Amino acid sequence: MATERPLSPHLQIYRWQLTMTLSILHRATGIALAAGTILVIALLLALAAGPGPYAAVRGFCASGPGTFLLIGWSWSLCFHLCNGIRHLAWDAGWGFTIPRAYLTGWTVVVASLLMTASIWMCVYAQGGMR
Amino acid sequence: MSAADLQTPLKRVRGLGSAKDGTRHFVVQRVTALALIPLCVWAIFLALSLVHADYSAARAMLHHPFAAVWLAAFVIAAFWHAQLGLQVVIEDYVHTRWLEVLAQVAVKFFCAAGALVSLFAIVRTVLG
Repeated sequence: MATERPLSPHLQIYRWQLTMTLSILHRATGIALAAGTILVIALLLALAAGPGPYAAVRGFCASGPGTFLLIGWSWSLCFHLCNGIRHLAWDAGWGFTIPRAYLTGWTVVVASLLMTASIWMCVYAQGGMR
Repeated sequence: MSAADLQTPLKRVRGLGSAKDGTRHFVVQRVTALALIPLCVWAIFLALSLVHADYSAARAMLHHPFAAVWLAAFVIAAFWHAQLGLQVVIEDYVHTRWLEVLAQVAVKFFCAAGALVSLFAIVRTVLG
């Protein structure tokens, strides 16, 4: 939208920061997870439908693109879960100071990566997806 | 004195929407988020236990009443939370009115259908 009046500074004005990155990622992972529910629906429907459809959904999960999506969704879930707890803490009035926002932010980054790594270590310790 | 000045405050706000439930969206988003913390953690463990389960083993897992109810709760909370979250994203970024309405309705239909179909599948797996 074209406008003559001065606009408030937006994204391109600011130095890139952890807090804004996590805020953007929270939305992005939320959208990714909403799309990922299609796989949940497919898996549940396949389970109700019979061994053939169930094998087809499992086959997709074990394929290259399927595994790529699952790794992305598993990290999205871990991140949105951890950062969501951070948001709930803010809603309760805790953690608004800048050092705390950074401390909890880095905690969320590390925790989400560790959780995702643990999930896939469990998968591959069982012999991987088949 | 113009006619508008004779209107009571109540008359002026009538038809502009309800007072008292403006925070409903915010509250429900947080409540579903809170519910999804344990539900998601459990869903991750369920998914991991399914990695090497064949069809009959996977069905047997859902036959446990706790698993079926917990999974149904997960599905309801997840689709509800997804609808509320996507609604805000669309409100923030889609500025063409008809596109916004279309997207909002599409998201509501997708989430409602997703929850209903998932619940149907769970019931059919458990009872079938």
